[in-house]
Amino acid sequence: MNSLIFRTIAPLLVAVMLVFSVFVLLRGHNEPGGGFIGGLIAASALAIYGMAMGVDAARTALKVHPLAYAGFGVALAALAGVLSILFDVPFLTGLWTIFELDEVEVAISTPMVFDIGVYFVVFGTIAAVALALEDEEGGA
Amino acid sequence: MSGAMQDFATHPTNWLVILPVVLALLGGAVLLMLREAREAQFWLALGIVAVIFVSDIALALRVSETGPVAMTMGRWLPPFGISFVADLTSAVFALAAAGVTLLLLVYLRMDMPDRARRDGVYPLILLLLAGVSGSFLTGDLFNLYVWFEVMLISSFGLMVLGGRNIQLDGTVKYGFLNFLATTFFLAALGLLYGTLGTLNMADIVGRAGLANPAVMTSIAALLLLAFGMKAAAFPVNAWLPASYHAPPAAISALLAGLLTKVGVYALLRALVMLLPASREVLEPVLVLVAIGTLILGPLGAIAETNLRRALGFLVIGGIGATIAGAALGNATGLAGSVTYVLHAMLTISGLYLVAGLLEAISGETDTRRMGGVYAAASLPSLLFFVLMLAVAGVPPFLGFWPKLLLVQGGIEGWGFGRDGWALTLWLAVLANALLTLIAVSRLWAHIFWRPGHEGAATEAPNPDLKPLSPQVRWLGLGSAGVLTLVVLLLGLWPEPLLGFGKDAAAGLLRPANYIVATGLEGAAP
Repeated sequence: MNSLIFRTIAPLLVAVMLVFSVFVLLRGHNEPGGGFIGGLIAASALAIYGMAMGVDAARTALKVHPLAYAGFGVALAALAGVLSILFDVPFLTGLWTIFELDEVEVAISTPMVFDIGVYFVVFGTIAAVALALEDEEGGA
Repeated sequence: MSGAMQDFATHPTNWLVILPVVLALLGGAVLLMLREAREAQFWLALGIVAVIFVSDIALALRVSETGPVAMTMGRWLPPFGISFVADLTSAVFALAAAGVTLLLLVYLRMDMPDRARRDGVYPLILLLLAGVSGSFLTGDLFNLYVWFEVMLISSFGLMVLGGRNIQLDGTVKYGFLNFLATTFFLAALGLLYGTLGTLNMADIVGRAGLANPAVMTSIAALLLLAFGMKAAAFPVNAWLPASYHAPPAAISALLAGLLTKVGVYALLRALVMLLPASREVLEPVLVLVAIGTLILGPLGAIAETNLRRALGFLVIGGIGATIAGAALGNATGLAGSVTYVLHAMLTISGLYLVAGLLEAISGETDTRRMGGVYAAASLPSLLFFVLMLAVAGVPPFLGFWPKLLLVQGGIEGWGFGRDGWALTLWLAVLANALLTLIAVSRLWAHIFWRPGHEGAATEAPNPDLKPLSPQVRWLGLGSAGVLTLVVLLLGLWPEPLLGFGKDAAAGLLRPANYIVATGLEGAAP
């Protein structure tokens, strides 16, 4: 499994998958995609990196424990809901702001922030599981 | 589009109904990010739970002044949005849960293995509190299912922390049966949604009466099975004594004090408030379940020699008392039920905490080898004495008042001459009190009075008892002491408790205010 070809291709593959995961996350509001599937793609990218370079390298690349990413995601999603308290509307109400960027309308909304939170939760959880499993295999 | 959206401003105080859950979730998430900083985790967790406790107090005060408070998420109008509704029952239960968790965090500092701290005991506790508060405060049955899952996941994690074999064994039994229970719950929800087209509690109250009674009763029976398993009612109670003694004492106090009570709460909410007609049909089943649980619990405790397993059986006996109130179905009986839940949350958690101290003193989990604690450590003995009388329901301690209400409810039901059920229930409640008293006296005699081990030839003091270290003394005895003090004071001045029981039962039986607060007054028949 851990061949020279795999080790050479893996970083490229991982980079493409991570970018693609962000693309899937952002298109998810109106089209197929979203935080859950995006997070899964990102976690698979990390799993491939772990297979090719070893679990330690993957953990180093993450900087912090994968579960901390999951925690960040939950916090982000909760904060996206709590923001409504400033606008006299109930928890989790969708709030939108649209600004122009070179004649392109960019819509920023709390559902998007929530979805980014979901992305991190899924990424962090699946990455923690995947790295733990790969660790077992390497150790055994 | 705008017709389905809320067009009035949400008052900031309505946020009180969601705040305990959001804070717990947010706090758990932040603690997960800080997993390397273990000392900071503790203080942060303590601070967050303290804020949750305060917001629960504010919520309970608000509810007792102005009636139920509600908020429907995302500006959707009920029943389309997910509603959170706090009536008196939910608010006070949530308050008790937060209070118990606060004390447990302090107690936990005394004997938590470092490994458990590394694996995230604090985030899991906050997640558990989020699940428990969410279950109490939600006004939507599917959302209740979600909080059940949150509770299940976090309790699963808490139970296995530390990873001793006995814990894995207990967790598998616990996890499997609870997964089964939530699956039944989910199946019942599917049927309910298919029949009524709604899962909003306030909406169900209005529509259940118009649906086919046979279908509604089948659903109610399925819910009874699911919540009965969660609450560890007879005959689906076997998982509780098999698992609750496995984790460290503070964790089993948390689980025993909160989780089964959520099952009882869900049972009361579903059968008494949502489907009252089906509850009447199911009354014989409820009576049998209640009697079985009432009798089996203390009998198991009498037979058991492991201290915390014996306490597990006492938890089950208490569940029987709460189901007896649901089986009676009259206001007094229900008041007995809700006050019993509150009493059990406090007293049972306290008993587990003291049990942890006794295990620390004797280095044993078996009551046969504990002996002589009274001479070695008088303060834990005193705490245990108060709590054991409270759990047995000896006046004037806390457990007496709910049982008094249940007995009174039994006489009322019997006096109406409807059937013999009330009389048998009445007898079972009395028998439960007597058997519980025998069980705890036995524990008292074995652990405290007997000088040494079982069958020891000499009258000399037990040499295996170790004095508590100063840290354990302050943290462990302190937190258990505060809990016991609350139990003692609530027992000596029962007016707030009895007032709460009366109002909460009235709210469950006549949920008109609940429906209005949710914003569905037009839907009620």
